[in-house]
Amino acid sequence: MSATKTILIKPIFMNNPIALQILGVCSALAVTTSLQVSLVMCMALTAVTAFSNLFISMIRNHIPSSIRIIIQMTIIASLVILVDQILKAYAFEISKQLSVFVGLIITNCIVMGRAEAFAMKNPPIPSFMDGIGNGLGYSVVLIVVGTIRELFGSGTLLGYTILPTVSDGGWYQPNGLMLLAPSAFFIIGFFIWVLRNKHEEQVEDNEFEMMPHTTETGAH
Amino acid sequence: MGLRKILDDIEPHFEKGGKFEKMYPLFEAVDTIFYTPSKVTVSGSHVRDGVDLKRIMITVWLAAFPAMFYGMYNLGYQANMALMDTGIQAAEGWRAALIGAFAGNDPGSIWDNFWYGAVYFIPIYATVFIVGGFWEVLFAIKRGHEINEGFFVTSILFALIVPPALPLWLAALGITFGIIVGKEVFGGTGKNFLNPALTGRAFLFFAYAPQMSGDSVWTAVDGFSGATALGQIAADGMGAITVAGGQTLTWLDAFFGRLPGSIGEVSTLAIFIGGAILLITRIASWRIMAGVFLGMVLFSLLLNTIGSDTNPAFATPWYWHLVLGGFAFGMVFMATDPVSASMTNTGKWVFGLLIGVMVVMIRVLNPAYPEGMMLAILFGNLCAPLIDYFVVKANIKRRIARNVV
Repeated sequence: MSATKTILIKPIFMNNPIALQILGVCSALAVTTSLQVSLVMCMALTAVTAFSNLFISMIRNHIPSSIRIIIQMTIIASLVILVDQILKAYAFEISKQLSVFVGLIITNCIVMGRAEAFAMKNPPIPSFMDGIGNGLGYSVVLIVVGTIRELFGSGTLLGYTILPTVSDGGWYQPNGLMLLAPSAFFIIGFFIWVLRNKHEEQVEDNEFEMMPHTTETGAH
Repeated sequence: MGLRKILDDIEPHFEKGGKFEKMYPLFEAVDTIFYTPSKVTVSGSHVRDGVDLKRIMITVWLAAFPAMFYGMYNLGYQANMALMDTGIQAAEGWRAALIGAFAGNDPGSIWDNFWYGAVYFIPIYATVFIVGGFWEVLFAIKRGHEINEGFFVTSILFALIVPPALPLWLAALGITFGIIVGKEVFGGTGKNFLNPALTGRAFLFFAYAPQMSGDSVWTAVDGFSGATALGQIAADGMGAITVAGGQTLTWLDAFFGRLPGSIGEVSTLAIFIGGAILLITRIASWRIMAGVFLGMVLFSLLLNTIGSDTNPAFATPWYWHLVLGGFAFGMVFMATDPVSASMTNTGKWVFGLLIGVMVVMIRVLNPAYPEGMMLAILFGNLCAPLIDYFVVKANIKRRIARNVV
């Protein structure tokens, strides 16, 4: 696998920003009640991460290290405002549903984390790819969570009815918990569980080992 | 010693390298139901006691029986009263057929009531037991730990705290969530920080609110709607509590349990019988029970004194809080769960008081939830490790201060 491809693919499952680095969970809880909104959020975040990585990487050798966070924030904030304006212009309804969460991309740990950890040390093109890759990693989780929550919470996907609910004369009893933010915690937890079952190297070591304190005597 | 010999004979098949190696937890479970486990502690143990985890759990399970049997009777009594009052015809279906086959619908007949209740309760309990048992065994086999009798307790407690009209698929879903998320993901019995039965109920409560709360779920009759006593207090205050038949509910009625509610929670008397068993055998902590009770009494007295013109629930006296809703059941069976409660003695007092105060706070001050025992105990569970941490720290500090001089 070429280096660029590795940078692009690795964050999706092997080094997922949400599942392994546990970054950016807050927006994953807030915007995932419907799949459509989740998808838009994914695109917005991927775009911001990719371009902020690109621009920060371009000027990385000129940024004085003492004020680097401020400069990174300025670039990220400008990009987020841009994304916000585009959404308001071309997708007003969804922009209203996302409300503050587009603006909150500025504080999304994934964007800052990648800028600080990758873009400051690598050339522009790999940095851009890294931004796309991490955006995709974030998207995978959001799409999974969004799909489950919309499907089981309201019986629809992207607004189309999949499971006709009882209130509409169907058979499906919608799960109200799925429309509340805590359900995303459970789903992300289950996602991490499945992921770490597949990739065992992601499992953290025990903080301490319990000593065995019983023995088999053989007597009953 | 016939049974011992049979078990010993088949044991090699279940040990490492045997045919049914993976099924060892199942063998172990059967073996230790009949005989003392062969494992003994080798180090670091300061407690010498004949009772072990399995016996403790079985005792709790038995202690829930008075509440369970009374619950079944009362479920039928309430339903039959509702049928008689309103003239609603019993619904069609296998339950109605079973009821009709062996009993009538006379609220005066103990057998009729009991049978009606059994036809509703036993399927719920069986579902909970089979589905929950399946997950328990699956995790035991996969993870290689023992099947624990704690599951007996979880299953019966869960079945007793759901509304009588709960659909069976919801019972299965609730216990699945309770066992997996409330217990097994953290490593099984002893490592869970939440009470699994309450976790399952909380899941159902938030996910399927119409089936878990409201006015129509407390009496197992289709189309009948009657608010619980706590719901009536939240709406109209103390004076307005009525039960089926339009009579006013007296305190003694509530104490003996002649009111609709979750299956096991109705009779404070039956719960106290179970509680006495737990206290005499020293399985449940009296500190926690006393703490919950005191916290509830103090906080409701405080609210009585403050009073409120807009919220009639402020005036509910403490002895009514005691007998209504899930308070007694939660105090005796749920809060005292040794795994999810505080471990230190001081911590147990704080833990109990916290739950007692929270119950009244949720019941009275939060208009959305007329009942608060479940949420209060889960909240207490979350705080328990923190409480223990501070108790231990305070003890270390005290002892350092003593020795410095």
